[in-house]
Amino acid sequence: MYTTNASRGLPRHRSRHLTERYTRWAMRGVIAVLVIALLWLVLAFHLNGQWMFALLFLLLGGSLGVVFTKRSLMSHRYIFPAVAGLGVFVIFPLIYTFGISFSNYSSTNLLSEERVRDQLMSQTYQAEGNAFDLALYPEGDLVRLYLESPQGQRFVSSPLNLANQENRQIGVQATDAPPAQEALGMRAVIQARDALQGLRLVTPDGSELRMAGLRQFAPMLDRYEAREDGTLYDRRDDRVLTPDHTIGFFVADDGQRITPGWPVNVGFSNYTQIFTDPDIRGPFMQIFVWTFVFASLTVVFTLAVGFVLASLLQWDQLRGKAIYRTLLILPYAVPAFISILIFKGMFNQHFGEVNMILDTLFGVRPEWFTDPWMARSMLLIVNTWLGYPYMLLLCMGLIQAIPQDLYEASAVDGGGPLTNLFKITLPLIIKPLTPLLIAAFAFNFNNFVLIALLTGGNPDILGASTPAGTTDLLVSYTYRIAFQDAGQNFGLAAAIATLIFLLVAGMSLLNLRLSKVKV
Amino acid sequence: MAMVQPRSVGVRRLGAHLALICFVSLIVFPLLLVISISFREGNFATGSLIPENFSLEHWSLALGIPWERPDGTVVQPPFPVLLWLWNSIKVAVVSSVLILMLATTSAYAFARMHFKGKAPLLKGMLIFQMFPAVLSLVALYALFDRLGQFVGWLGINTHGALIVASLGAVALHIWTIKGYFESIDGSLEEAAMVDGASTWQAFRYILLPLSIPILMVVFILAFVMSIMEYPMASVLLVDEHKLTLAVGAQQYLADHNQRWGNFAAAAVLSGLPITVAFLICQRWIIGGLTAGGVKG
Repeated sequence: MYTTNASRGLPRHRSRHLTERYTRWAMRGVIAVLVIALLWLVLAFHLNGQWMFALLFLLLGGSLGVVFTKRSLMSHRYIFPAVAGLGVFVIFPLIYTFGISFSNYSSTNLLSEERVRDQLMSQTYQAEGNAFDLALYPEGDLVRLYLESPQGQRFVSSPLNLANQENRQIGVQATDAPPAQEALGMRAVIQARDALQGLRLVTPDGSELRMAGLRQFAPMLDRYEAREDGTLYDRRDDRVLTPDHTIGFFVADDGQRITPGWPVNVGFSNYTQIFTDPDIRGPFMQIFVWTFVFASLTVVFTLAVGFVLASLLQWDQLRGKAIYRTLLILPYAVPAFISILIFKGMFNQHFGEVNMILDTLFGVRPEWFTDPWMARSMLLIVNTWLGYPYMLLLCMGLIQAIPQDLYEASAVDGGGPLTNLFKITLPLIIKPLTPLLIAAFAFNFNNFVLIALLTGGNPDILGASTPAGTTDLLVSYTYRIAFQDAGQNFGLAAAIATLIFLLVAGMSLLNLRLSKVKV
Repeated sequence: MAMVQPRSVGVRRLGAHLALICFVSLIVFPLLLVISISFREGNFATGSLIPENFSLEHWSLALGIPWERPDGTVVQPPFPVLLWLWNSIKVAVVSSVLILMLATTSAYAFARMHFKGKAPLLKGMLIFQMFPAVLSLVALYALFDRLGQFVGWLGINTHGALIVASLGAVALHIWTIKGYFESIDGSLEEAAMVDGASTWQAFRYILLPLSIPILMVVFILAFVMSIMEYPMASVLLVDEHKLTLAVGAQQYLADHNQRWGNFAAAAVLSGLPITVAFLICQRWIIGGLTAGGVKG
């Protein structure tokens, strides 16, 4: 350990080397640019009304500026980038998830209130009255629009360039008959669709026509009118929409909610839902229990296999240990996303090798993917295959540290291999192994990749109001609520994620205490 | 060598070998099966371990070359495997380099310097490292969605987002490198500083060259972890030509149309280099893994 000039409070000498001075100035320039870029982001987020993100980047830019200008924080410059990365991509998401769990953020309540208002204001409806049939007539490279209503009104536009897709207003003139040329076919209309959608045709009497269907133009009116008290007037249905800030929707007089809504604070309702709503509580509790069972059994099975193999491989009478060792850790070396998919193919109920072998040997063809218990057994089998090499390596390391004379003494007293295993080896390695077992438990508790790639959580739990499967773990359940199917209920997913965070935090604190980490 | 030998040791040795051979063949069977399937005709799993109808069709398709069957029909590659592999490697290399740079500099400070908040920071890193990224996916998605509005290359469906997001996993590597730095005697650097080197120079010219082995290990470790990263990539990447291998590979085994043979060739093609790299470096990788946490 040593101290730097800066931490002694000595002044920094001006470097004699020109290159070094230039490097210092270059570094200062880079820092300044970074700070300015971050402050620009802060402003952009602030103007967009997203204060959480504005705050994040303000904190980031501010601390960057402070750490790299104060000389007394010299040591902190070295750790700043890593800590910042951890802060932005681990700790901030944690806090943000916690925040979301108190909101109704979901696919229906996604945009900010302003954006919802803008979206509603841009909605149009087809006014009562006549729709016009559309036909396109070529004129050189350009195209004339010809409109005819069932009532016999006829309009024609000047020749237009439909390669231009900008929104524009075009005047149309009354006419007696369609142009003389032959009209373009459907294909041309479809090709010009984007350009046609941008057109606003103004008739001589001043009404505005917009595209209403592939071959139709109709007078379109803005559907909603903003009023000063914040309500919207619905012109089409003649009703008033009032913004309800407790549920985040515009509500009509008759109580109907108008989608889309915006996210609002709903307090603890996501949490109470988990524990009281029977359609959520049932599947949640079932998945919760299965997650614990899955993680515990995985640890037990992988430890059992790994421990037995490690004891075998440590036996000094055995030859060819290196080859066995390499072959035995193969499942660890193959990328998991490949080996899991291999098993998915092998366990296929109709074409898979596993069922072929079982069929020829015992005449059974288990339904690995449709029966809940078979699916769970399959997960445990595959996960034991994937996980035992880690335990094998751990146990081998720990067994090597056991003094040989203990086994000598046991042999003198007539102890067999089983006595050695249970009376010497196991008691001696279990203590240093415990924190690692807790880590393995926590890892399998959150083993998302296995579930996502092998079963996807299926078969489904019947009667659940959220997507929930009998093989889902809490993490994959959360993932499905947030990212699968129509619901996309981010708020509920965040609430469950927060509960899992608490569990994991408990496990890692326990782990830290048991392993007595020295810092 | 044990001094006291039981009489039945020969029998036991034979039994141990038999048990190990049985177990190893059970373990290795799926891997051999996939290699065999990749050389077999057709997209079904049926058949013996040694291919009866040898065919390079799946390999050709995996390498992106259209394959002409004997009856004249030309089969187009179903998925751009090489592009996915390239995406994976690109993301993994960039993110491992970044992680290595961040982890090395902070590990240096943690190993050699005294400063405020050192112990809580180190402990905090150990705790936060256990939180799975899957749980923060909603927040990360929102973060990159918003960032993408202002900074194009950090939006949803960009590799930039995936690379930057992987920086959160730096804590484990800091611990690994810190342990190595602490095993190197600090007197060399002190000597350099007595001779007028700055802290940075002592780090850059004395300590770094001494630590190349651990830096290699951390690089490979970060690389392998990045290649295998699934949850974040599955949410952040959308377009087929942007996918990484970990996300793309599962498309071969869609529920209704299982391309078993094509999958096998793609799996061997992409999995073999990673497996071999892992086996070659296993000694160092395992040391790092068992010291810090669990393979992800």
